[in-house]
Amino acid sequence: MIKETLNARRLLCPLPVIRTQDKVKQLKTGDHLEVICTDPGVMQDIPMWCRINGHKVLETKSGNHEYIIILEVGL
Amino acid sequence: MSKQRKAVALISGGLDSMLAAKIIMEQGIHVEGINFFTGFCVEGHTHAIREHDKVKPNRNNALWVAEQLGIKLHIVDVIEEYKKVLINPKHGYGAHMNPCLDCKIFMVNKAKQWIVENEFDFIITGEVIGQRPMSQTKSKMPIVSKQSGADDLLIRPMCAKNLPATLPEIEGWVDREKLHDITGRSRKPQIEMAKRFGIDDYSQPAGGCCFLTDKYYSAKLVDLWKAQGSKDYELDDVMLLKVGRHIRPKANFKLIIAREEGEGRFLQGYKKDYISMQCQSHTGPLALIDGPLSAEDVYFAAGIVARYGQGRHAEQVDICVTDKDGSERTLQVKPLSEKEVLKEWHV
Repeated sequence: MIKETLNARRLLCPLPVIRTQDKVKQLKTGDHLEVICTDPGVMQDIPMWCRINGHKVLETKSGNHEYIIILEVGL
Repeated sequence: MSKQRKAVALISGGLDSMLAAKIIMEQGIHVEGINFFTGFCVEGHTHAIREHDKVKPNRNNALWVAEQLGIKLHIVDVIEEYKKVLINPKHGYGAHMNPCLDCKIFMVNKAKQWIVENEFDFIITGEVIGQRPMSQTKSKMPIVSKQSGADDLLIRPMCAKNLPATLPEIEGWVDREKLHDITGRSRKPQIEMAKRFGIDDYSQPAGGCCFLTDKYYSAKLVDLWKAQGSKDYELDDVMLLKVGRHIRPKANFKLIIAREEGEGRFLQGYKKDYISMQCQSHTGPLALIDGPLSAEDVYFAAGIVARYGQGRHAEQVDICVTDKDGSERTLQVKPLSEKEVLKEWHV
């Protein structure tokens, strides 16, 4: 299993979602991806994108105006 | 057993494209959504930057629609390719800087490429005859089909009965009798259809989906092109046009002044790319300076920035000027009065 980090700071939605989507295409089922953002909208959009596309959100956290989502790549 | 047919629906996040996808799904077609991000989409969270907009639903409506429909959504970054459409639209601009017809042709063309690559059968749009004066008229719809290269693989379920039959109808993949004949700008038929489908939450039908249809945004874009002497832009330009108060007191520079805390935080992210100014002696907004400044201009700009802070009535305030490399200096300036900040400077 690979653990990767995606820097999506300063990007406004839907760009963090698009970058996440593109990164996930390079990963395999079970891999973990940590996405670090500054647009609070990602807290809604990335989990929604994950639900639609069959990926699992493992953790969301925020602090110091940063929003972090850790997801597990689905099938 | 007949082959499971697959269609991709252009999902904007509004009601029409949601209904169009639903109509085709009801006929047993496998539907997935596609959404193109040009950089000018209102669907982004630009509004979330501003503190007072936080009461609005903080969601991307295209994603939300896809989730309600239970379909996948593919969001495609077309920022670079879209420049050609906006800078030189073959069919011209609408009321503002909106190249709606070229935009529709471009997006349907991208969808056509997508269905070829992904082995889908046809394309769905939520277009309605007479809904939009520039791109959604009966005479323009064949232009979109033809010039996009989609031809009869493009179906508009909301108004299909008023248009020639497409391949999915001719081949019997889709029952034409179950399609619709909606025309005009009234939203009643769509609202009634939404009720029948049990859809009671959707993005406001009257809302445009593109900043380029906005008079004020378009004026800022034209100002940007005029100032740089060419019709070109980067994504950061597009984003910054959505944020702050834009003031151009001289041809060589403009100020982008945060209107509140959320915008100030957003502009902080650009301090490495622009000279910035903020009042030190009083509470005041962050401002970015776009363009070269002479020594005299620095004081002039600082006086304008001071006008928008709590020290606007003070005799003198301290303005911190930060260069792109992070070096700082403090200027003592007298804030410009309300009258001195001319109306025509506001872009």
